[in-house]
This record gives sequence, C-alpha cells and structure tokens, in this order.
Amino acid sequence: MEKEYDFIIVGCGITGASIALELSKFETNILILESSNDVSMGTTKANSGIIHGGYDPKPDTLMARLNVEGSKLTEELAKVLNFHYNQVGSLVVGSTESDHQKINELFEHGRTSKIPGLRLLKTKKEVHDLEPNLNDNFDYALFSPTAAIVAPWEECLAFAQTAVGNGADIKLNSKVTKIERSDSMYIVTAGGKKYSGKYVINCAGTHADLVYKLALGKEAEKSFQIVPCKGEYYLLDKNQGNLVSHVIFQTPSPLGKGVLVAPTIHNNLIVGPNADFEVSRRDDTSTVQKNIKYVAESAVRSVPSINFRENIRNFSGVRATLKDYDDFIIAESKYLPNFYNFAGIKSPGLSCGPAFGKELVRIMGSKFTFKKNKSFRYFPLPKYFKELSDEEKKKAIEKDKRFGRIVCRCESITEGEIIRAMHSIIPGKTIDGIKRRTNAGMGRCQSGFCGPRVFELIKKEFNLPADQVLLDRNGSNVVVAKTKGGKVR
Amino acid sequence: MIERELVIIGGGPAGLSAAYGAYQNGVKDILIIERDSRLGGILNQCIHNGFGLHKFKEELTGPEYAQRYIDLIQQTDVEVKSDTMVLDLTKDKIIHCISSEDGYQTIKAKAIILAMGCRERTRGAICIPGSRCAGIYTAGAAQKYCNIDGYLVGKKVVILGSGDIGLIMARRMVLEGATVAADVELCPYSNGLNRNVVQCLNDFNIPLYLSHTVTDIVSDEKNGRVSKVIISKVDENRKPIPGTETEIECDTLLLSVGLIPENELSQNAEIEIDPRTKGPIVYDNLETSVEGIFACGNVLHVHDLVDFVSLEAEKAGKKVAEYLNEGEKYATLIKVENREQVGYTVPQYIRKVNLDNDTVQISFRVRSPMKNKRIVLESEGKEIASFPRLHLAPSEMENIKIKKSKLRDVAVLSVSIKEMQR
Repeated sequence: MEKEYDFIIVGCGITGASIALELSKFETNILILESSNDVSMGTTKANSGIIHGGYDPKPDTLMARLNVEGSKLTEELAKVLNFHYNQVGSLVVGSTESDHQKINELFEHGRTSKIPGLRLLKTKKEVHDLEPNLNDNFDYALFSPTAAIVAPWEECLAFAQTAVGNGADIKLNSKVTKIERSDSMYIVTAGGKKYSGKYVINCAGTHADLVYKLALGKEAEKSFQIVPCKGEYYLLDKNQGNLVSHVIFQTPSPLGKGVLVAPTIHNNLIVGPNADFEVSRRDDTSTVQKNIKYVAESAVRSVPSINFRENIRNFSGVRATLKDYDDFIIAESKYLPNFYNFAGIKSPGLSCGPAFGKELVRIMGSKFTFKKNKSFRYFPLPKYFKELSDEEKKKAIEKDKRFGRIVCRCESITEGEIIRAMHSIIPGKTIDGIKRRTNAGMGRCQSGFCGPRVFELIKKEFNLPADQVLLDRNGSNVVVAKTKGGKVR
Repeated sequence: MIERELVIIGGGPAGLSAAYGAYQNGVKDILIIERDSRLGGILNQCIHNGFGLHKFKEELTGPEYAQRYIDLIQQTDVEVKSDTMVLDLTKDKIIHCISSEDGYQTIKAKAIILAMGCRERTRGAICIPGSRCAGIYTAGAAQKYCNIDGYLVGKKVVILGSGDIGLIMARRMVLEGATVAADVELCPYSNGLNRNVVQCLNDFNIPLYLSHTVTDIVSDEKNGRVSKVIISKVDENRKPIPGTETEIECDTLLLSVGLIPENELSQNAEIEIDPRTKGPIVYDNLETSVEGIFACGNVLHVHDLVDFVSLEAEKAGKKVAEYLNEGEKYATLIKVENREQVGYTVPQYIRKVNLDNDTVQISFRVRSPMKNKRIVLESEGKEIASFPRLHLAPSEMENIKIKKSKLRDVAVLSVSIKEMQR
C-alpha cells in the first residue's frame, strides 16, 4: 500500500480535473486515477468545445446553476491558465411559429438564470446582419453574448497540470477494478495496485455507474444508470472557418440541441453532433455513414454554403446520458459515506467545468477541514510559438534552436514546442498526446507529414522501441516491424 | 530586410528545375528555400525506378533523378537555405521564413517561383466512417515510414485508391514482407499509370477491386488498430450498394485517394486559385495573378510524371528570367476553356504577346478513359487545331502545343475531346 490520500478522484476528464484543481487550492493529499494513458481521453476530448450561455437547462436544475457559474469561471481561468478560449457568442436560430415559442422559452430560462446580455433578434435583418451566411428563412434568434469556444482537452490538461504541479499524484493507465472499504478508508485497486483514501470522488464519465457498482455492488443500479449516446462531428478546413462567427444552434427539439455550426478556437469549422443511442460499447467512438450524413444534411439547413468537400476529420464522442433522469447527479452516496458521485455529466458539462470543483467543496461543507494551501499557484500552458511576436520568436530561437524548426507544416508547430510538450507536468507521450498539447497534426493534412516526424521525436526522447510508439490509446501502435533493410553497394 | 532577385519556394523537383532554368537564362541571384534538411522533396522517398524516361532517356530511381538536378545546381551559384520554412508570403513578394540557423527572417524578392508541391488527401477528406483507431495512413506517409525511416506500418494491408503512390506502395509492402489483401478503387478504372497497375499489382497477384470502396473500418478489442475493413460495390454514381458488403481482415489501410496542391501560401499572397486544379490561375508564361509570382510543378496542378514537372519548371525559370529583364507584359488575353471531357487547363489564360515566335503548351487531364479520339482546339465553334490520340486516361496528363501565330484572332480558346474524323 502506498501513502494514504485524503481524496481519490476516479477519472481525469474535465470533471475530475476541475475537482483536482479546486482541491489542490487547499491542504489536501490528492490522487487522480485515470484508466487511459492520458488525461481528457473520454467525452472531454470529443465534444463541441462550447461554453454555453446557460439558458438551455431549466433554471432550477444543477445544470443551469453550474453552467452559469462555470461559464464565468472558465473565462477567468482561460486567462490565468492560457488555454484557448474565445467568447464568440451564440445564436439559437428559428423560423417557424413553434421555433419562436421555443426560443422565447429559452430566453425566459436565461433571464431567470440571470445570464448576462441575452437578447432576442426578432427580424430576418437582425439575424442576417449578425450572420450573413445563415439560411435565408431564419427570422428569429436568441443571442447569447457570453457563449464561448474552447479547446476542452487544453482546459482539462491545464486543470490537471495545476493540480499535479501543486502536489496531486496522478496515475495513468490505472483502470479501477475494485473498491473496498475498511476502517473508514476506501481501498481502491487500479492498474493492479492498491491505494487508500478517505474520500472517493467518482468522475468516471460514461463509466460512472460501473465505478459506483464496484463500490456498492448491484444495489448501485437502482441509483443511476448510464445509457451511452454517441454524437458525431465534422471538422472542416480553416477555409470554412469564417462561414459563421458565432456558435449557431438550431432550435432545440425533444431530441436535443440539434446540430450546431461553429468556428473552433483553431479557426476551423465544427459541425455536429447527432444523438445515437445505438452504441456498441461505452468507448465506441467510431463514426457511422448514416449518422455523418444526417449531421451534414442538418447543418446545411442552418448554413447552406458549408462545403463538406473541405472536411478534414470526422470524430465522435460518447455522452454519459442518465437513464430516465435529465440533470447531473452530484451528491454523496446515500449508502457509502464519503463516496461522492458526479454522474450524468454530459452537455453542458464542459461549460460547468471549474464549477464542479467548487460544488464539491460546497456540498462537503464541514465534512472536511478545507485549509488554504498557501503555496498554491497556477501552472499555465505555454503559448504557441506561432502566437509569439516576431521579436519573441527571434528570442525563442536564439535560446533554443529547435524553435526554428517547423515540424507541423499545416499549423506551423515547432520541434521546440513538441519537445517541451514531452516534458510538461503531464507529459505527452503519444502522437495524439502531442497533438492535444501543441496542435501538431491538427491541420488539413491530418499529420500525414508531421506524423512520422513526431514519431521519431517520441522514439528518441523517451528511448522507446519503434513498435511501442503509440498513435493514441494503448494498442494503437504506429509501426509493427522493421523493414528488411538494404545493403549499401 | 534581405533583398533577392529570385526566390524559389520549395527544393523538390519543381524548385530545382526552376532554379536551373532561371540560371541557364541568366538570372544571377537565386535563392531556393527548402523546408526539409535536404533537397529533392518527395523524390527522396520514391526509391523505385521509372523516373527520367522522358527527360534523361533512362530509368532512374527518385533519389537518382533528384541528384541529377542537385548536381546541376551545385555547379551554379544558386543559394540553398534548407531546414527553412516559409511561414507567410505577401502580394508585395515579401517572404517570412524561419530556421534554426537564421531565426526569423523576412526577404523581399523581385520575382518568386512557387514550387511547394502537393499533399495527400486524407481519410477526413473522403469521410470514411468507422473506428478512429491506428493503422490508417496515407500511402505517402507509409512510404516515408518504410523507405526513409525503415519501418513497416503493418503486416496485412488493404489499399484504398489506385493512384500511383498507392500502387507503388502495394508492391513495396509486399517486398518488405507484408501481404496486400486488396486494392480497392472507387472508379471503374485505375487512377494510376497502366505500367504501375501491371508491375505493382498484377505481377504480385494483388486483386484490384474496381467500382468498390471502403464503407467501414473495424478495430480490435482495445480500439487500438484496424482489424478489418468492409468494402462495398458502388453504383454508377459511385454510391455504395447495400448488400454488397465484403469483410477483409487486415491491420492496415493505406489511402491513395488523390493529391491536393499546397496553396496556403499562395492564398496568403492573394493569388487567384482555380477551383478545378486547386492551383494558381496562370498565364502561358506560368505567371500567377500576382505580378512577378510564378508557379510550376504540383503546386500548379498535379502531374503524373516528374519529367513533366521538370520541363514545366525549367520553363517557369526561363519565363522568370524574361520577366526580370523585360518587366510585366500587359496584353490582351485569350481565355482557355475546358469543354467536353476536359477537366481543366493550364494555363487558364494566354497573353497576346510574341505572336510570331511563341509556342503555347496546354496541359490538362481528361475526365474518363477513352480510345481513338481527338483533342480539339476551337474558337467560336471554328476548329483551330486537332491532335489525334489512340488512348486517353485521367491518370495521364495530356500536353499539346500550338503556335501563338494561330491564335491571332482568338478571344476564347476551347479544348475538348471529340470523335475521330472519318
């Protein structure tokens, strides 16, 4: 048995990372257990990347309250932690009488939830002055100026790195397989090792019900069950990124918020998602022909001029939808003292982000003595080289020549940045891990050019055999063998 | 700011040939900017033979072909900045570039030749559904892993697309110990050169599934690597036909589904791009819509043979020399139009200058394979010239030449494919 922890956080997506960040502001011993080989590997890395205004959930829900709180905190933290964030605002657009009614309803929700700046656009002209490329028929819209776009994996990484930088332990590749209780402590087995902690915070996303079941047994099924629901997306070339300047939502229907069209913080265009409950596994992130077709057909109803020939990637994420319950479950277990569930964290989960940590501290109240960690500090993400001024670029290259070598041509990412990402607090050790940290490979050639180069850098820097360099998750080996080799004449 | 007479962006076959052409025609101050550490571009990973039959009348490998030009360049005082990436280009011909050696620099050029080549279309570009696992590579990336770095990306391979890189990689993977289960092609004909179909597929008993496509990718249990692909027949509109699905077990899918000219810098310089070629719109001297910026090679339009890249690029070099000596040539224009069965033309415009002496070369590709046809040049319905062809195919670039003296009264020149005359 290793050291005793105050808190064991299960799962390092946005929820777990937010909680780790908040708890690290106090004198606490924290352990983060993550089943994947990197943070943000579940729902967090595959969603719309939107910080919602907060008008969508009913005002008396946890979703509404934490969204409003979280969206404000996200804006503040983006500055401190230097993750990409852009408050572009959002529009819910509609054309029919029932659309108008629904939009009015959202507006009322928003007013009750005290969302700043909400405004109705009541004419075709008002709507199209703001977004000229929208379908001509939209004559009504809800404008929410505080809606924003982020890179969710960056936000999650920045939170987790700050927690670890302040002393939290993180164990990757540590899937929880057993949770026992002895002498008011929890013994959590993960990745074949045992860890003990006073409090367990279940932030396991699409697997939260399974983790709860490990602790409580079959009884847990009565509390909540997760029904995974997949959403699929298009990510289009930057030449499509200017089609809209706000996040464009269609008027929501009973099926969900519908397909959105939005610029991304890297200036691409994102289009999606659908809602597919026919998911074979909770980690089923495959895309399906009929679904992506549906997404494209829906999106052109908002923005007819999207050119899908400029698509650079399709992806999908799995939502942790709760069976028969439409809000988050955030509470201490009724049966297991000191065991806290954060379950059903789907949209607007990302928007709540930093509010999850605050909420845990609130609901724990006096159960734990929260004493301020005086040495706490934030560990911001480094600025992209391409975002430096010409003068700063010169200096960076003078200091380290590797910043003068572009590895990713599409996104202009330097070798210096890639090496730095391999030595960050939570290091990027896979090609996609490097991508999430630096943006290398995110561009239009989709790492066709820089993939083999990042591969070589990883192999060299970590001294790995070639067949152990991974694209992304475990098992995703890039090469399988050496070639026969040639003889020099 | 550094000032140069001619800067060539890209040190692959186009850039090298353009530099040589410009030098031969008297340009003294030439700088090649190359992002890689060595010259030669993509030829360095094309270790198979078959290059140079037109240009050098012998069969060379890619690196050998590149070396011919590198040797020629080394005998000149053309300067090369390797490991240098151009980050931005403006219409005032200011180049922003970066390297470990020189840091961040701006260079002002009197003339620029764009020779950045092309990139491969990806899985995303053609929206192949299925697992998001590893084991899916563009053929060129797999070629780099294999021929430059010495790694095999998989043991059992399916190839989608029958472009030349895909065909070449089918053979290479077999030679390096992998099996290639199938090459799957959406079109009812191969998109590679016939000689490559014969030498790379037929000779190795690799089945070519025409009018088929990959409709799903399935991964192993861990979601790690490809474990099989599903292929389906497609109808005449190239849409998959339900019920025709076949599973093929494999650990790797290579994509050879087309090339796209890399014109992001050109667009920064506000150069007009032709949506058909995805390369700059050029006049017959290969000058783009921005005065003094020329383009050649695969950045202009995707070529089938490097020999033709060299010929085009040498010409660009020569025309840049003329531009630097004589300045911009304002003239009335002839618009070149692609009509029946012709996918595009390069150039898109012909300037009415040097009508007595100049010959214009028009390059294009046809839309589908054909036999016994004529390439016909017309103006206002009147035939100006005709070129018989026993065989035409989209995989092969067509080049025709016409004396400008024949175009004296032409305003719009159309290029089309017509029946043979009896």
